[in-house]
Amino acid sequence: MQLTRRDAVAALAALGSGGAVALGAREWQRSGGDAADDASSGDTVGDGLATDDQVRDAMVAVAEVVYPSDVTGIQTFVERFLAGRLEREGHGEGIRRAVADLDDLARSWYDAPVADLDPADRDALLREVGADVADEVPDGTTAERIRYYVVNDLLLGLYTSPTGGELAGIENPIGHPGGIASYQRGPNE
Amino acid sequence: MTGSAQADGRDASDRTAGRSADPDRSPVANADVCVVGAGPAGTLVADRLAGRDHEVVVLDAGPRFDETERVERMEKAIRPAFSRPDVWDVGGDRDAYESVGDRHYPLNRTRVKGIGGSTLHWQGMVMRLHEADFASASERGVGANWPIEYSDLRPYYAEAETGIGVAGADDNPFAPPREEPFPMPAFPPSYSDSLFAEACEALEISMHSVPNARNSEGYDGRSACQGYGSCRPVCPSGAKYDGSVHAETAAAKGATVIDRAPVQRLEHTTDRIEAAVFATPDGTEHRQEAETFVVAAGGVETPRLLLLSDSEHYPDGLANSSGAVGRYFMDHVFAGAGGVLEEPTRQNHVGFLTSESHQFYDEADERIAPFKLEFFNFAGPSPVGIALTGEDWGDDLLERIRAEYGNHVTVGALVETLPQAENRVALHPDRTDDHGNPVPEIHWSIDDRAKRTIERANEVQHEILDELGASERWTQGVEGTVPTNHHMGTTRMGSDPSASVVNSSLRTHDLENCWIASSSVFPTAGAMNPTLTIGALALKAADHVDAAL
Repeated sequence: MQLTRRDAVAALAALGSGGAVALGAREWQRSGGDAADDASSGDTVGDGLATDDQVRDAMVAVAEVVYPSDVTGIQTFVERFLAGRLEREGHGEGIRRAVADLDDLARSWYDAPVADLDPADRDALLREVGADVADEVPDGTTAERIRYYVVNDLLLGLYTSPTGGELAGIENPIGHPGGIASYQRGPNE
Repeated sequence: MTGSAQADGRDASDRTAGRSADPDRSPVANADVCVVGAGPAGTLVADRLAGRDHEVVVLDAGPRFDETERVERMEKAIRPAFSRPDVWDVGGDRDAYESVGDRHYPLNRTRVKGIGGSTLHWQGMVMRLHEADFASASERGVGANWPIEYSDLRPYYAEAETGIGVAGADDNPFAPPREEPFPMPAFPPSYSDSLFAEACEALEISMHSVPNARNSEGYDGRSACQGYGSCRPVCPSGAKYDGSVHAETAAAKGATVIDRAPVQRLEHTTDRIEAAVFATPDGTEHRQEAETFVVAAGGVETPRLLLLSDSEHYPDGLANSSGAVGRYFMDHVFAGAGGVLEEPTRQNHVGFLTSESHQFYDEADERIAPFKLEFFNFAGPSPVGIALTGEDWGDDLLERIRAEYGNHVTVGALVETLPQAENRVALHPDRTDDHGNPVPEIHWSIDDRAKRTIERANEVQHEILDELGASERWTQGVEGTVPTNHHMGTTRMGSDPSASVVNSSLRTHDLENCWIASSSVFPTAGAMNPTLTIGALALKAADHVDAAL
């Protein structure tokens, strides 16, 4: 099932980010010069926060694991979704910190950032971190923050979108302003 | 606290409380009316009196919430990381309380402080009380009679429906008589309502629409419902009414609405209030003087403020010659049952109810309380909720969502509890809030009649579930019941000054310039959601204040 730009916009509408950024206007080109070197070398920027590139690559890689296997269009969806989430005050920093922590652990245990791991290792990494059993807590432990800002942010984006709702069997999932027609319809209408 | 300031006479146009970093929270000079509390009651009073050219000032303990943050608040409501009180910033020292009764009363799950009050997180069901609710002692042999009848409130109900904006239909054969059409058409029934309808028809139980305080079409400058599905506790679209609507209209008519201004006490003589002493975030205390005062701080903070305002003349609390201030605290209790069908039931598309049954309401007597049935549109887990709480992801998660979502049903019920003097809001002897005032101490228990009625409601619910063929059944009965966020009865209305706090004009028996607009004046609870009655009483109180000015 194809995730679309509409899905990303709808997810952002549900989760609160505004303006042009929410519509996916963020510049995601590879940073040049020092920033590119930083990203490729795995360094974070400023107080242990991941760069745009690191965030994008890591979140796309994690989405490929936590989203159902027949979902396509993940990269575009995640990029547009992240464009808004990173702009939200406080939340963007939380994502950057959680991604930096996840990448640090990936390098320690697998000698590569999460984006460079094969899907089975990404899945194993998330479980070894404890993100599968942790409750989501924005100011919690590393596992709790990765669950909140990485795993659950991605799941929230998917399942509040029209395509995610369709996967789950609901055209108008909670958080999606999908109107007041669908609740009246039967399953075969 | 650093001293006191008199009204400084600044022009109301200078005031931007809550809209700038440093709003003007100084008192208003020459105020005719000081309203304490900016929930639905206080703002309706302020709107009406400001519209009649009175100088009105409204003081509220909480903030003016930024409307642009509502979507973020909805995310908090959806995510398991946050509790219900987190959504509207309830909690901390400001909202400290103690529950010491037979049953724990989760006060901070049931209220919101700020411009709009608890309508910010309400469900938005707006029914009129039935005629018999106003004469419970006479008609049912228990409880108390109100000093007013349904007919006294009927025109105010209609005005409240118009002001709030109610989507409804005249299809309820059990409702009290009405002459006016609803302002908007009712929301059509849900698909799952049609499943219930078939079962209820077999059981000869009538279903009918729910009057909703949410726009089924554009109304009064506010959007139609967009179907976010998160009505309780947040409506991001503004289609669901909340008290901030009338805070805005009151301000547009010249009222001054001051947020983050908790009233500490009411200064008074023997028979008049002279000033409301309120605190501001900078640590200053101010005196808001006015000709008249309307206390509209809800069923807990209203009695608390009166008790905090004790004096030599009123040693047991202001306006408390009767000893009734804080007593007869009531809430509705919930009874529910649900299960799973072998077919899709299409739940969680919207966050509000479209069908109810009041069929059993008027069978109430001394033994069984009035109750109403609610047919849920949000039974069982939502896919988003499932996704955020498991230990799986990917295909396993999707498989689990598909297995767990979509074929649940729930029938709820609201049940009346009786006014009992021992159920009360008192002042805690030791614990204090962020301003050093004793916190509310809630004494709550459930009477035997309400317990019998929960069991009766469960019986009816089980009959419906049996007819539907529901499996995996669950029941929320006497032991598991919870309050439904309706604080009532703590400054009861009555004709006898020795047994009640306010008279039929909503004015306190003791003080000639103090009215109370709140569900705290309800002598009995009925089993209808109280906010429409709160609104009707507020408009009635406003008319009495207007006449007195």
